Amino acid sequence: MIELGQHATFIAAAYIGVFAGIAGLILWAVFDSRRTTRRLEELGDRRR
Amino acid sequence: MTIDTTPKMRWWDRLAHPGQFLAWTGYLVWPLIIFTALLFALGLYFAFFNSPADYQMGDTVRIMYVHVPSAWLSQFVYGAMAVSALGTLVWRHPMADVSMKAAAPLGAAFTAMALFTGSMWGRPTWGTFWEWDGRMTSTLVLLFIYLGIVALWRAFDDQLRAARVIAVFTLVGAVNVPIIKFSVDWWSTLHQPASVFRADGPTMPPSLLIPLFIMFFAFTFLFVTLQVVTMRTEVRRRRVITLERKAARETGA
Repeated sequence: MIELGQHATFIAAAYIGVFAGIAGLILWAVFDSRRTTRRLEELGDRRR
Repeated sequence: MTIDTTPKMRWWDRLAHPGQFLAWTGYLVWPLIIFTALLFALGLYFAFFNSPADYQMGDTVRIMYVHVPSAWLSQFVYGAMAVSALGTLVWRHPMADVSMKAAAPLGAAFTAMALFTGSMWGRPTWGTFWEWDGRMTSTLVLLFIYLGIVALWRAFDDQLRAARVIAVFTLVGAVNVPIIKFSVDWWSTLHQPASVFRADGPTMPPSLLIPLFIMFFAFTFLFVTLQVVTMRTEVRRRRVITLERKAARETGA
């Protein structure tokens, strides 16, 4: 890892915050899609 | 000789029909995921290992590679929602409401990221996490507009009626986007004026612009990927509602 200088904490916090946000969005999109697929299968619809 | 009288499906019909949308976007999702991941890997490599520190801001300039793309998306997503709102109100396009609904939580998330990274950048460079200046305040208003739209979608049972009300609300709220863009020119602010999208060209050297543009495309493709996935989910959710109503009617009869 490169040396980020005296403000490394702020740089790390910005990147961690953004990638936590992106991970949250991805997990939500995947979870919502799977939940909908499961419900469709319960209702007898097997189209994707 | 036989004449084929089967109606041909035009590209516009393919886009407009929810079933056809599910069919053609099914082939798009994985290529989009792979391309977006590659762009992020390349962008992060440039951001941390192949770009210099700024002569004034030092290494904090690296926050720009996540702040500017998320700020760009906060406005771009709203623009996409405003176009979808027109699609709902003017053309009654079947996929316009779906697009509008899918984009709202994504826009809210990117706006929150822009505000967060901005405050992380502001503290070491300006000495404060927050200042009630034109750019920051109008971006905070944008976040509230997004959250209001998400709440409105949840408040209605009838999604077709919700779409028309929310489309009007979205178009009214669109007035905030040029305010955000020009706030740094209209008012005296702590936030710097535009340095990338300017009539006379960017004011940054290529060593900073290259990683910025790679991250800019990575974030944009991330939005496109998430938008396609969430639109597909929304189309199928509406099928769930239809099937549940059908099942309820059959049970009642």
